[in-house]
Amino acid sequence: MGDTASGLLTIAVLVAALAVVHVPLGGWMATVFTDTRHWRIERLVYRLVRVDPWSEQRWVTYAVAVLAFSVVGIVLLFLLIVFQGVLPLARGASMNVDTAVNTAVSFVTNTNWQSYAGEAGTSPFVQTVGLTVQNFVSPAVGLAVAIALVRGLVRSSGSDLGNFWVDLVRGLFRVIVPLALVGAVVLLLGGVIQNLTAPTTITTLSGGHQVLQGGLVASQEAIKELGTNGGGYFNANSAHPFENPNAFTNLVEVFLLLVIPFSLPRTYGVMVGDRRQGWTVLGFMGTLWALMLTAVTWSEVHAAAGPLGGLEGKELRLGVWPSALFATSTTATSTGAVNSMHESFSALGGGGALFTMMLGELSPGGVGTGLYSALVVAVLTVFIAGLMVGRTPELLGKQIGRREITLTALTVLVMPFLVLVFTGIGMVAPLVTSQMLATGPHGLTEVMYAYTSAANNNGSAFAGFSADTPYTNLTLALCMFVGRFAPIVLVLALAGSLVAQRRRPVTAGTLPTHSPTFVGLFVGVAVIVGGLTFFPSLALGPLAEALS
Amino acid sequence: MILVTSTLSSFVKQSWAGLRAMLVLTVLLGLLYPAVVWGVGQVVARDRAAGSLVSVDGSVVGSSLVGQQWTGAEWFWGRPSASDYAGDTSGGSNLSGTALAAEVAKRASAAGLDPATAPADALTASGSGLDPHVSQAYAVSQVPRVAAARGLPQAEVAALVDAHVQDRIAGFLGQPRVNVLELNLALAALSGRSAG
Repeated sequence: MGDTASGLLTIAVLVAALAVVHVPLGGWMATVFTDTRHWRIERLVYRLVRVDPWSEQRWVTYAVAVLAFSVVGIVLLFLLIVFQGVLPLARGASMNVDTAVNTAVSFVTNTNWQSYAGEAGTSPFVQTVGLTVQNFVSPAVGLAVAIALVRGLVRSSGSDLGNFWVDLVRGLFRVIVPLALVGAVVLLLGGVIQNLTAPTTITTLSGGHQVLQGGLVASQEAIKELGTNGGGYFNANSAHPFENPNAFTNLVEVFLLLVIPFSLPRTYGVMVGDRRQGWTVLGFMGTLWALMLTAVTWSEVHAAAGPLGGLEGKELRLGVWPSALFATSTTATSTGAVNSMHESFSALGGGGALFTMMLGELSPGGVGTGLYSALVVAVLTVFIAGLMVGRTPELLGKQIGRREITLTALTVLVMPFLVLVFTGIGMVAPLVTSQMLATGPHGLTEVMYAYTSAANNNGSAFAGFSADTPYTNLTLALCMFVGRFAPIVLVLALAGSLVAQRRRPVTAGTLPTHSPTFVGLFVGVAVIVGGLTFFPSLALGPLAEALS
Repeated sequence: MILVTSTLSSFVKQSWAGLRAMLVLTVLLGLLYPAVVWGVGQVVARDRAAGSLVSVDGSVVGSSLVGQQWTGAEWFWGRPSASDYAGDTSGGSNLSGTALAAEVAKRASAAGLDPATAPADALTASGSGLDPHVSQAYAVSQVPRVAAARGLPQAEVAALVDAHVQDRIAGFLGQPRVNVLELNLALAALSGRSAG
C-alpha cells in the first residue's frame, strides 16, 4: 500500500469512528445537562463543597463562579510547582517563578503552553496531582460555559443559566472521566507507559549510556488529548515513543482530541429540540477542519517529494500523512499536543497550522470552547445575513439586537487584538527577537505562532523560539488568561441577554439557520473574519517564506 | 457601587467553594484516577506499562520503543537525533530552510553519506530525538558496512534485515519500518553463533 492510500484510509477510519460515536455521545451529553436527578456521588461532592445543587445562577453569578474556580486553580497549581522540591517524588525538578506563573495559567486556561521541558521542569507529583487535575477540570469549565450558552437559547423565561458547580461535576463524572478511563486503558494496551519508576541509566549494546524515563503517562496522555489540553509529559510531547508508541496509538490520540468537540453540535441540536441546528454547526466545523486538513496535508506531501522526504521533525513510525493529520487536528481543537515538530514543517504546512488557530476555536475547537465560539460566529452570521436581506436578525427565535451584537463583536475581537498587539511589540523588542531561532519571515512566524497559540489557548509551538524568559512567560500568561476568560465572560453575558428574551415564532420572514446555504454563509463569515484580520501578517510570515 | 461590592462578596464566597471543589477533585482525579489506570496496567499490560524493556542476560539494554545511539561500524545505526538519544531530554532540531540544509550536510559527512542518494531518514532528525526505527532502504544500505565489520556474509545480514521489516499496522496505519534495537540484538546473536 502506498503512502497516499494509507493516509486516506487512516482519515476515512477516523471520520467513520467519529461519525458513529458522535450520535450517542452527543445525545448522552444532552441528557447529562438536562437531567433533573443527581447521582449519589455527585450529591456527596456537593455536600463536601457546600453548594446547593438545586439552586440556579444568573449569568453574573455563573461567570463569577467560573472565574473564582479558575483563579483558585491557578493559585493552587502555582504553589504546587513552586514547592515541588519539598513535596513527594521531587526528583530534582524545578522551575523559575515566572515559568511557574506561566505554567499555572497555562494549564488552568486549557492552553498547556510549556515554557519548560516536561522531563526537567515538573516532578511526577506535580504532573499527576497538579497538571492531570487541571487537564480534567479545564475542559469541564469550557463544557459548562457552552451548555450555559445553549440554555440561553433554549429557555425563554427567567434569567437563570444553570448551576456552574453542577455542570462542572456532571461534565466530569458523567462524560470526561469515564471516557478518559477507557482512553487510558486503550493507550496502555498500545504501549504507553504507566509506572512510578525513576529515570534509570542503562548501558546499551554498543557500550553507550541512555536514560530511560518512567512516569504515570497513560493516565495523563488520555486526558491530555480528550480534554483538548495538550501538555506533554515529556518535552517531545506526542512525538515521544512513551507517549505515542505507534501508528495505532496515534490514531487513538487524534480520535480522542476530536471526539467531544465534534459531538457537541449533536448535544446542541438535541437540547434546542431541532437536530438540524446541530447538523448546521457540525457541517460548519467539519468543513473548516476538512479545508485545513487538505491544505496542511497537501503542503507536507508536496514538501515530502524533496530529498529530505519532509521527515525532519517527524517520526518514521508515523510518517507525513499522520503527522499532518495530527497537526491540523491539534491546532483545530486548541489542543496543542504535537506528534511532529511544526517548526520544521514546510512554510505553508506550518502556516496552515498557524491559520487553523487563527480561525478561532471553530474547527471544531476545544471541549466546550468550540461550541460556544461557533455559536458566537452563528450570531454574527445571522446578523450579517439579516443586514443583507433586510430582515430582523434572529437565532432560534431570539432577536440579535444591539446588546447581543456588541457582545458578539467583542468576543470575536479579543483574540486578534492580543495576537497582533503582542506580536507587534515582540517584533520591535530585543527581549523577544533575541530569543528567535530563525531569522526573516520564519522568525516572524515563530513569534506570531507563540502569541496565537497562547491567545487561542492552544499550546502548540514553533519550538525553536526560546520562550522561557520573564518577559515572554508573563506576556504569554496574560494572553492565555485574557484569551480564555474575556470570551467566557462575554459569552455568558450574551447567554444572560438571550435567556431573558421570549422566543419569537417562526414566520415566513425568518431566515432559516439549518440549510446548506446557511452553512456556506457560516463558513464564509469565519474564513473572512479570520482571513481579513490576519492576512497581512500571514503574508509577511509563512507566505513570504513559501515564495522566497 | 452596590453591584461591585455584591459581586466581590460573591467572588469570595464562590472562591471558598472553588477551593473545596479543587481539594475534592484533586483526590479523585489526581490520585484515584492515575492509581486505577496504574492498577489496570499491572494486570493487563505489565511489560508495556513498564516501558517495553528489553533485557540481555538479565540486564536491561534498552526499550524497544526508544531509539539509541549506536557507535561503531559493526552496528546498524538509527536516524540522526537532535539530543543524541540521551533520553533525559527529548525533542527535535526545529530547523528549517537554509539552517536545516547546513545541518543535513553536517549529518551526511558525519555518517559518510552522499546527501543526493541517501535515504531521507538517514539525513533527518525525528521530532522526539528518540525514533527507534529506520526505513528498510536505510537498513539495507548499511548491510555491506556491518557485514564487513563483523566478517559475516552479506547475504546473511541482508536476510536478517528482511526478517525485521515491519509492515504498516493492520496493513494501512503508519509506515513500513525496521526497529534498530531488535535488528541489532538479532545481529549480535548471529555473530555469537558464527563465532561459536
